[in-house]
Amino acid sequence: MRSQIEGSQAVAQAIARCRPQVIAAYPISPQTHIVESLSDLVRTGDLEGCEYLMVESEFGAMSACIGAAAAGTRTYTATSSQGLLFMAEALFNASGLGLPTVMTVANRAIGAPINIWNDHSDTMAMRDSGWIQLYAESNQEAADLHLQAFRLAEQLELPVMVCMDGFVLTHAFEPVDLPEQADVDAYLPPRVPRQALDPEEPMTIGAMVGPEAFTEVRYLMHAKQAAALDIIPTLASEFEERFGRSSGGLVRPYRLDGAEIVVVALGSILGTIQDVVDTLREEGVPIGVLGIGCFRPWPEEEVRAALASARQVLVVERSFAPGVGGIVSRDVRLSLNGLAAEVFEVAAGLGGRPVTRESLRRLIADVREGRMPANTLHFLDLDTQVVQRELRRPGTGVPPGPHVDHLTRESGR
Amino acid sequence: MFSVRIHGRGGQGTVTAAELLSVAAFDEGRYAQAFPTFGSERTGAPVVAYCRIDDRPIRLREPIEHPDALIVQDLTLLHQTSIFAGLSPRGFLLLNTSRTLEELLEHGLAGPAAELPAGHTVTVAGTELARTHLGRPLPNAGLLGAFAALTGQVSLASVSDAIRGRFAGAVAAGNVATAEAAHEQVLTTLGRPADA
Repeated sequence: MRSQIEGSQAVAQAIARCRPQVIAAYPISPQTHIVESLSDLVRTGDLEGCEYLMVESEFGAMSACIGAAAAGTRTYTATSSQGLLFMAEALFNASGLGLPTVMTVANRAIGAPINIWNDHSDTMAMRDSGWIQLYAESNQEAADLHLQAFRLAEQLELPVMVCMDGFVLTHAFEPVDLPEQADVDAYLPPRVPRQALDPEEPMTIGAMVGPEAFTEVRYLMHAKQAAALDIIPTLASEFEERFGRSSGGLVRPYRLDGAEIVVVALGSILGTIQDVVDTLREEGVPIGVLGIGCFRPWPEEEVRAALASARQVLVVERSFAPGVGGIVSRDVRLSLNGLAAEVFEVAAGLGGRPVTRESLRRLIADVREGRMPANTLHFLDLDTQVVQRELRRPGTGVPPGPHVDHLTRESGR
Repeated sequence: MFSVRIHGRGGQGTVTAAELLSVAAFDEGRYAQAFPTFGSERTGAPVVAYCRIDDRPIRLREPIEHPDALIVQDLTLLHQTSIFAGLSPRGFLLLNTSRTLEELLEHGLAGPAAELPAGHTVTVAGTELARTHLGRPLPNAGLLGAFAALTGQVSLASVSDAIRGRFAGAVAAGNVATAEAAHEQVLTTLGRPADA
């Protein structure tokens, strides 16, 4: 049924229909509404057969999910930002042990300086944790992706993160067609674990592996991720057959026909970019968009194929690697190895700064008209005056100190 | 697309107002998107919420800088933030105050009201109406009723349904009564028949 609903509520409803057996979570903005709602559904009995564990921390949440998943149950958690980092050690355990937990990450910046708003630095920091990472473009897709995530996780025995932009999606009211219970049951049958901890028949999982086999274990982990690249499109097309709408998949091409310049992005920013591209197309600009639905594993072949005839590729991403440059940009560049396309790297929307049509249009014009160097990280809407003043500071006799404090003091004046 | 920006203070129901407006539009078969400015919300702090209404799916996610309608829940915000910024020259302005528009204009408190087309600005005593009908000084339901009368973007019936969908019992009834009273007050101010 279609309803006008908050993103977090839509996700909670979708999760409930996936019939999780254990939810272990710790609240943190902007993810809190999701687990609040799920704990309510368990309390009222609307979500039956589920144990909700209010744990003491995110580390506890992921540890509980690990235990519950090892016991053969369908498990779920959600977090954001510092919460995800607090889970870091356990994240690698979940993936290393091949335990199929599904987790929503309501994407939020990482401090310091403390910032509760949206960007992708949390999930990007955990990109090599061995978890699959799917990114939602809208609340509809966020809800839908969770169904596919459980299928994927349990089929492959790997944990999956569904990443949705914090506040921008989690706190937005928009129409979402919530999947009917009967359809969810048909699409997502109960989990059948290949092995499960059982007190009647004790066994050990996660024993120490020495140098003689660790490489092989790691190779198999890599191979499992590669297998996900085959399964994800199948799950998306099965989803479309049953639910009548397209959600998920590896990449999402938009108006790529004859596109000489292509904007690559992931998450909720895609909608705004598509609006800009529609306008530019009307003005005769040969431009298109490539949405990255699955960031880990990286769909190299699909990205390369989609961008094969582009001359300029503009990667707009909500995080970056300090001292290096764009994160998604680097993967895109490697995928285009040997092709003629120039790649432009842009960090945008950091710490909740809005990414507007106006800024995107200016950015695209700068790229098309040769005002922006390729392969160099560019910061969208950077206040150059402020950073120049700060960069000059050590030579001016002003006592040195953290940039953060200077900027805070000055913006408060 | 019709876009609305609502300015209020934490505790006045600013975010809820945007959400309810989106639900009312959705119930009329339109597409709608509501979202707040996200921050460390606390009682009394300035809050902004947005609502877009369109006849096709809405993909845009930038904040609304050029609204077609502006709802101001608390005129004391005038001294803190540029609440009138970007209002379309053909836009609508709805001000929550017990003063008349003439009084506000006289004191320079009505922003761009003088430049807007006739009948595009109204004041409504949302807080007082809520005190009477709901027993609490929460202006948002009244402002939604007033918005329906001022812009015609949604009907009073849809606003009332959205309120009943969100609240129950006496709270729902009080808010619906506030919305109805504010709707009527605006129709009267604009000199339109109440059954229009």
